[in-house]
Amino acid sequence: METLIRKGAEADIYKVRWNGLLAIKKIRLPKGYRQPSLDAELRKRRTIHEATLISAAKLAGVNSPLLYYLDKSNYSIYMEHFDGPRIKDVLDDPDLGTTKIFEAVGRSIGSLHREDIIHGDLTTSNFILISDGCLGIIDFGLSFRSNRLEDKAVDLHLVKQTLESAHSAVADEMFTDLIDGYRSISGDESTNRIKSVMRQVQRRGRYARSV
Amino acid sequence: MNKPKHKKLTCLGIESTAHTFGSSLVSLDEENQGTIISDSRSVYQPPPGSGIHPREAYQHHSDVCSGVLIESLRKAKMDMDSVDVIAYAGGPGLGPCLRVGAVVARSLAAYYHKPIIAANHAIGHIELACMLTRATNPIVLLVSGGHTAILAFSNGRWRFFGETLDITIGQLLDQFGRAAGYASPSGAIIERCASKSEEYLLLPYTLKGNDPSFSGMLTSAKRLLSSGKNMDDICFSIQETAFSNLCEVTERALAFTEHDEVLLTGGVAANTRLQEMLTEMCRSRGSTFRVIPRQFSGDCGAQIAWVGLLSYLHGMRLDISKSIVRQSWRLDQVDILWRH
Repeated sequence: METLIRKGAEADIYKVRWNGLLAIKKIRLPKGYRQPSLDAELRKRRTIHEATLISAAKLAGVNSPLLYYLDKSNYSIYMEHFDGPRIKDVLDDPDLGTTKIFEAVGRSIGSLHREDIIHGDLTTSNFILISDGCLGIIDFGLSFRSNRLEDKAVDLHLVKQTLESAHSAVADEMFTDLIDGYRSISGDESTNRIKSVMRQVQRRGRYARSV
Repeated sequence: MNKPKHKKLTCLGIESTAHTFGSSLVSLDEENQGTIISDSRSVYQPPPGSGIHPREAYQHHSDVCSGVLIESLRKAKMDMDSVDVIAYAGGPGLGPCLRVGAVVARSLAAYYHKPIIAANHAIGHIELACMLTRATNPIVLLVSGGHTAILAFSNGRWRFFGETLDITIGQLLDQFGRAAGYASPSGAIIERCASKSEEYLLLPYTLKGNDPSFSGMLTSAKRLLSSGKNMDDICFSIQETAFSNLCEVTERALAFTEHDEVLLTGGVAANTRLQEMLTEMCRSRGSTFRVIPRQFSGDCGAQIAWVGLLSYLHGMRLDISKSIVRQSWRLDQVDILWRH
């Protein structure tokens, strides 16, 4: 049994049975537009990063999927299936709305950053509301380890950018909640330093009004 | 687009944000169909190995402005009496260059008693491309010397889904070209060199979430050049790596927003290889790919005139005493009154 549930930008996502368990199979297919050597390098690098950091995230106290199996021959990963709507869908549909959902998002990011894990792809489609208040984080293909404030700031900048581009009506409110959650894990000093680097990152935007 | 009732309108658009001084007449008929009646321009050419010098570009624009303006009117077989509104590029761009266009527009508006509109140059690239390709609600990849951005329309504005974290794709090509001793803009020369090679050299590929970065690639490419690697191979590798990055982030935007249409615009949109790669990416997802015609991909008066028409039609008015220029005028600050 294999059902295609989503055609992502870099991988196809299937719902499958794996050793009797309901699972997700994520397969990174070759891109026809890419040079073969670059294509192989990117697919390999991201599959390895995903497999490594998805487990490291668990040690950081974040709810990431359990890794079942990695098939090196075709760059596919089998992992735990999270059942629930993506935060993106929750924001688009007020009926699903739970208050302060972004505090949980902020706490998860804070927990990753405390262990120097940069997610690298913090869009609203990569958080899943599994059950009330329980939040899962997926998609660690662009993740890496770093203790640089700059990398953490760029990570947060991406969430902000996603909120502003796709959920502009609630962006400010949601980002404030996120920072509250982040602060509860990282503390005031660290949060304020990251926020100030984030402002620098934002000013690098083209024709942003600087200073 | 909603359709207020109106007579046919004609706009004179003046472009002068960077190296191009352009003047164009564009009309909007009763059915809201746009037509480019004429489009004239003169491009400032810096000497080989150097970039735009703002003062030199300003001097160029001052020298050519009246000639270009007159040519656009003559080609359209029109005079100023038949112009309903005058639009100028209000930004973003180089201050000295912007001021030339604004002065021309202000003088004409005052002398002929015509309404004046400040058009955002980047919005011009997007909206002119939509008009010419009949794209309705696309993911826009805007690639030029000033921009490298992936945009989607939402809640009244064009919004940044992703954007370069450092230099633009145009700067990558121009700065590498300059290091190799070519004149700017060097996109066309690099494309020609690249077409002679199939030897791919691995270059840094940096994508942070939805934001590409090209400065590491530029450094590596320059290093390859000084180590004596073949120029054609380096050009080929720059194009393959940078354009793959753009394809990936565009595909990310498609997957995230669940849109099914891509629109390529801006000066670098003229690159055939970039078009080919995006075509392949869109084909594999069942999405539609559109690209602005080569003739209008670079900076031109038509993009300014078209935004001027849309703004004017939807009630925007600008007092001539407030017709300033803004070097920093981000495209997501502009309310897009004509889209819902």
